[in-house]
Order: sequence, then structure tokens, then C-alpha cells
Amino acid sequence: MTIADIAFFAFAFTVVAAALFVVVSRNPVHSVLWLILAFLSSASMFVLLGAEFVAMLLVIVYVGAVAVLFLFVVMMLDVDFAALSAEMAKYVPLAALIGVILLMQLALVFGAWATADGVAVLDSPQATPEGTHNTAALGMVLYDQYFLLFQLAGLILLVAMIGAIVLTLRHREGIKRQDVLAQMYRDPAKSMELKDVKPGQGL
Amino acid sequence: MVGLEHYLGVAAALFVIGVFGIFLNRKNVIVILMSIELMLLSVNINLVAFSAYLGDIKGQIFTLFVLTVAAAEAAIGLAILVCFFRNRGTIAVEDVASLKG
Repeated sequence: MTIADIAFFAFAFTVVAAALFVVVSRNPVHSVLWLILAFLSSASMFVLLGAEFVAMLLVIVYVGAVAVLFLFVVMMLDVDFAALSAEMAKYVPLAALIGVILLMQLALVFGAWATADGVAVLDSPQATPEGTHNTAALGMVLYDQYFLLFQLAGLILLVAMIGAIVLTLRHREGIKRQDVLAQMYRDPAKSMELKDVKPGQGL
Repeated sequence: MVGLEHYLGVAAALFVIGVFGIFLNRKNVIVILMSIELMLLSVNINLVAFSAYLGDIKGQIFTLFVLTVAAAEAAIGLAILVCFFRNRGTIAVEDVASLKG
């Protein structure tokens, strides 16, 4: 057993344990923190596989953006989480039953799984073709063969951004706002008046 | 020696935990969204493991797209959640029945 194998088992155990704590934790803040641990451990597993770019992307996008977004929402909303998770025990039998059934189905697939002719499963992971870097190889394929999908992914992010802004923006009454057009069309002659103040006298 | 099967096993366990979490936290929609993130992460592990052990980089490309969709889904889902909380003062998904005819 090499160091890499020991590292894999450590990370795999951490991922599964953290995921379990995400779903059974009573406090959603703890759930988010366990989720971050799961993301970091799976990023480490990706590094073990040799997919460095995807690993770094996982850290930046999931931990840096998605998990922090979750943390913001959990802490911003004043929700009584104790009441929400009070009835958790009621759902344990059904959830466990569905989980066990799904696990058995996956195990069945696992037993009957075979590779097609002409496809060789490598003994050791090789995420990058020989003689090139992982990021460079990904870029060559992504910007060449999958350029349309790349642009559509950007469009999805744009739609998500606009949707999130539209959903959460609210116009509250009684707040002074800047009206740019009113500022631009403001006429000095109408809003200003010159007074000639005599010495020794007030207005 | 760690092989493809080990990674697939981890991904399967993660997916099952995600489904388990959805049914366990029926009321708390934030944890449901986190469970969906876990399931998407397990799909990502599957894609990257197959990509590495078959020597084909296209699996990692698809991981990028799954990541994009997951980020968009989390943003929209949480925005809907914030909107719902403002209107109703709760996030219990069982109360979401306004569209019932």
C-alpha cells in the first residue's frame, strides 16, 4: 500500500463522513461547514487522480462561492431551525429504507458492470495525456471541440445571475434613490436664483 | 492498489447519502439544496474517475459543465428561498402550496 493509497482511503472516509454529518446535523451552519469539508476532501481526491484543474475549480467555485452563499443565506434568514429539525426522527425509517434500496440497486449494477470491447481500464489514473499539463490539455479540448457548450454554460450563468437579482431585488417605499435622468435634465435656471445682497442688510 | 471501483464506491455512497438527506430533511429546504449539491459532487467524482482511468479528458470537460449548472442551481434556489421567506416568514417546504388549485 503506497502513500497515495493511504491518502485515498483517508480522503474517501472524510468525504463520506462529512456528507453524513451534512444531512444529519441539526444546525444548518454546521451542515455548511461539513459540506465545505466534503468539497475539500473530494478536491484532494481529484488531485490524487491527477485532475488538478477540476480540483482547484472545486475549491474556488464550490468552497469559495457556493458554500459561502449557503452560509450567507443560513445566517441571514431568521429561521427557527430547531422546530424544522424537530421532526427529523419521524422521517428516519422512510429515508433509511429508500437509501438502502438505492444502495442495493447500485450494488447490483456494480456486480454486473463490464467494459465494452476495445476499452481498456488503466491500472493507474492518467488524467492528462503524456507530455502536456492538465490545464493546457483541458483548454485545448474545451475551446476547440466544446466551444458551443462553453458559451451556453456562460449563458446559463448569466441567466442565473439575472434571475437571482430579479428574485431578491425589492423596491422599498420611503427610500431616497438616485434618479439619473432627473439629474441630467435638471435646469439651472429653474432651480437656482441669484440674489443681490446689499451690504449691511440681510435678505 | 486503488482502482476505478474504489472511486465509484465512494461516489455511490455519496449519492445515496444525498438521497437519504433529501428524505430526512423534508422540511428544511436549505439542507435539501445541500443534499443536491452532494449528489452533484458524487456525479463529478464519477466523471473524473472514469476520465482518469480511461485516459480520456472529456470526462473532466463534462465536470466543468456540471459544476456550472450546480452553481447556477444553488444561486437560483437560494434566491427563491430568500424570496419565499420574505413573503411567508418560514422556509418549511411543506407549506409551499400556494399554487394548489
